[in-house]
Amino acid sequence: MAHEEDALEHERASWKPSPGLAVAVPDPVQNPGLPPHRARMTDKDPAAMTRAVRTVYTLFYLSLAGSIWATAAYMLFPIESGRIVDIRNNNLFIGLGIGLALLALGLGAIHWSKAVMSDKEFIEPRHATRGRDATREGAVQAFRDANEESGFGRRTAIRGSLIAAVAASILPGITLFRGLAPHSDKSTEEGALAGDPVALLKQTMWKEGERLAHDPSGEPIRAADVTLGSAVHVIPESLAELGHSEGYLEEKAKAIVLLMRLLPEDLPAEYNNLDWAYDGIVAYSKVCTHVGCPVALYEQQTHHLLCPCHQSQFDVSRSAAVIFGPAARPLPQLPITVDAEGYLVAKSDFTEPVGPSFWERH
Amino acid sequence: MSTATVTETGTDKTQNEKPLGGRFVAGAANYIDERTSISGFVKELGRKIFPDHWSFMLGEIAMWAFVVVLLSGTFLTFFFQASMTETHYNGAYIPLRGVEMSAALESTLRISFDIRGGLLVRQIHHWAALVFVAGIGVHMLRIFFTGAFRKPRELNWVIGFIMFILAMAEGFTGYSLPDDLLSGNGLRIIDGMVKGIPLIGTWTSFLLFGGEFPGSLIVGRLYTLHILLLPAILVALLVVHLMLMIINKHTQFAGPGRTNSNVVGYPMMPIYMTKMGGFLFITFGVIVLIASLFTINPIWNYGPYDPSPVSAGTQPDWYIGFADGGLRLAPSNWDIVFLDRTWSFGILVPLAVIGLFIVAVLIYPFLEAWITGDKREHHIAQRPRNAATRTAIGAAGVTFYAVLWAAASSDIIATHFHLTMEGVIHTLQALLIVGPVIAYFVTKRMCLALQKKDREIALHGYESGRIVRLPGGEYIEVHQPVDEYERVKLVENETMAPLVVRPNDKGRIPWHENLRASLSRWFFEDRLTPLSQGEIEAALAHQHHSLDHIADEEALELQGAHERAGVPDAPLHPIDDGHNTETANRPSNIIVSDDPTTKKPTKGD
Repeated sequence: MAHEEDALEHERASWKPSPGLAVAVPDPVQNPGLPPHRARMTDKDPAAMTRAVRTVYTLFYLSLAGSIWATAAYMLFPIESGRIVDIRNNNLFIGLGIGLALLALGLGAIHWSKAVMSDKEFIEPRHATRGRDATREGAVQAFRDANEESGFGRRTAIRGSLIAAVAASILPGITLFRGLAPHSDKSTEEGALAGDPVALLKQTMWKEGERLAHDPSGEPIRAADVTLGSAVHVIPESLAELGHSEGYLEEKAKAIVLLMRLLPEDLPAEYNNLDWAYDGIVAYSKVCTHVGCPVALYEQQTHHLLCPCHQSQFDVSRSAAVIFGPAARPLPQLPITVDAEGYLVAKSDFTEPVGPSFWERH
Repeated sequence: MSTATVTETGTDKTQNEKPLGGRFVAGAANYIDERTSISGFVKELGRKIFPDHWSFMLGEIAMWAFVVVLLSGTFLTFFFQASMTETHYNGAYIPLRGVEMSAALESTLRISFDIRGGLLVRQIHHWAALVFVAGIGVHMLRIFFTGAFRKPRELNWVIGFIMFILAMAEGFTGYSLPDDLLSGNGLRIIDGMVKGIPLIGTWTSFLLFGGEFPGSLIVGRLYTLHILLLPAILVALLVVHLMLMIINKHTQFAGPGRTNSNVVGYPMMPIYMTKMGGFLFITFGVIVLIASLFTINPIWNYGPYDPSPVSAGTQPDWYIGFADGGLRLAPSNWDIVFLDRTWSFGILVPLAVIGLFIVAVLIYPFLEAWITGDKREHHIAQRPRNAATRTAIGAAGVTFYAVLWAAASSDIIATHFHLTMEGVIHTLQALLIVGPVIAYFVTKRMCLALQKKDREIALHGYESGRIVRLPGGEYIEVHQPVDEYERVKLVENETMAPLVVRPNDKGRIPWHENLRASLSRWFFEDRLTPLSQGEIEAALAHQHHSLDHIADEEALELQGAHERAGVPDAPLHPIDDGHNTETANRPSNIIVSDDPTTKKPTKGD
């Protein structure tokens, strides 16, 4: 409030902090001091005090009952049947018991402090946060003595080399964290890729002749079975051969594809590479080019794909170009054809990296 | 005084009185004190005074929710397996039996379905985490809008803000642990964002996941962060935060007897000990009640993570919403190839905007201190209206955050209100820029208007609701002077004036001083000159005079009526029908003294 009556700034002899842009009125409104104390009902009326005390201990006893109830509920509501209703009851009745125990305890304590304990207000002076001048001088002297005795300021050769050595000692610690991800093993073809994130991101398990299969069943897809207007979730047929420890999820995360069949006139040649399609069937990476969510929602009337995470929309009739939302570029297209038995197969891997942008992508 | 005397009196006392709390407590206290000198600590802090206001309890919500998070989280660690090793679920929940999933999800399902009360603790943990971040949020708003971050508390603002960021990191790492479909998709989004960072993005993602996304290491790594590193930093910062609060003493609102150089309130023991302890149990109790009544994160409905499926309309935990919303508002096709490298502006721009917003909030105390140049200590929590520009900036910031937050639910908004997705996004894009500007000006004007209203009440009293007809036929509403204790809350004794730049010794005006001057103009150009005691007294005298005048007029009127009725000796006061003292607008907390107008306000009365 009024800084004129403010003892804080005058407490330390050498300390006259600037008020900056503050303008104080010459004749400030005076503070009348603490108002007279108002007695509460419990102070004036012994019956009210008795009532308040009774409320407090009743709440504490209620809390006790809640704790006992929660303990009993633990035994009374078993969940071993595995039925959802039992789990719900167990959760509900233990929870209500604990909730009652805690709330009654808390409310009782607060009521005790507000209605029963003295509500006399106290005034305590504040002191400047800054240390007293003698204390500060003492602190400076401690540093001065230490500096004098150690020669830290004077012996620059020691100081410089110390700082360099301490800084350098952090380096091995940082280097160790390279081990967070695998190193390359040049002896095998797969191993050579393991430590190179850029190379890994630029390839998927699609290759020439790889059959397109249903996700998640793994059944290969016959071109004739893809009906007009449908959208099929696709994985490479050989994905099923991979175990979870052999990179199943990692490969799947890159290789998922969405297959759609459109009327040939809905795939105009000026916007589409028809060599990569087969009889109106097109296959696009299902990994959003924004931040990598699966682009799972297909609207067959408009041929639009929608990513449910951030609402990017892609137009399948125009090479999956971005028509709305934050995605960075069209979904990569998987070139497809059919094999001798009429199954859909990939003509090659994707010709560009799938998924979100990364620094070395270009 | 010799030592012997002291010992003697001491012995006398123990012989005459039983020690406080009985012999055992006294003995134990003595034992501890002789080994820790804790008595000095208790003497110093035991009766320390804290000011009282409901808004000072908001930070406590965060603190107690954190305690609940620590307790419930410790229980969960006894059961949770932070491993992505594949296993087949064969627990109690029938629909998922036989499904292949990671040990992390399997153990989370076991906590939910095979351990009595396990689901309750899991839900307590999750709800408490949401309350924790929310508690920090509202606490920060209180600090910001009352200027409680001003010297000497700038550092505590920074510490608190870092805790806010850490709390969000805790939330996100925790959310990712069960390795269910939703958390996997959340991680995939993080992976996509990290990859978009120039230069280091690809490798950061590669190292984080220990290879390609999703790998089999991320859950274990996040677990270490979630239960060890982040909580350790949080607890350490919380200790420093509270120590600084004790050293600086809590701020208080201006009021009768409350100045910048004192603290008025109740002692730590017994009042605050009881209140705070009680509030811990209330916070805990409310969280348990929510957890027993409302399901949160039903992972059994989502199943194990698979990169292919996704469900529409999913929402992140509320505190991550603003970041997700930022991603959604970026325009299409913002990738640029420059210097043979991919610059992913669709991700970088939202990240930069959110980053700048966070930095602006973090350094705001220093910006304001630089503009005002005020080096004094401030222990009075300002009323937001009295710092109009700051409050307006805060409102703009809140609006900015709110628009980002709403954007995280853009799809839900579109489906619930039958709007187009494009329409919702374009509206929010526009609001993100226009909204804060509107909020700024509206808030600033509202603050100034509220200041004027306070001034009006301080000078001319509040509207009493009593309408008086004067002999001339004029109707007036009688204004009752406001109580002096109430008045002191309405006035602000100082204000800031814009900086007037002057050339320095070299006769130049440095650019930063010009900048400071224009910023200070922006801050303080529209301001009210504080009221002086003289003005108040003059207004009071005038008011007293007109109240007397009204009373005289009334008396004359009544006397005239009596005479016309032939009863000139009838009493002059109006017939008491029981409603004469009723004043609709009198603030309920005003203490009505016998004659408030005659008592002259003096300091330290």
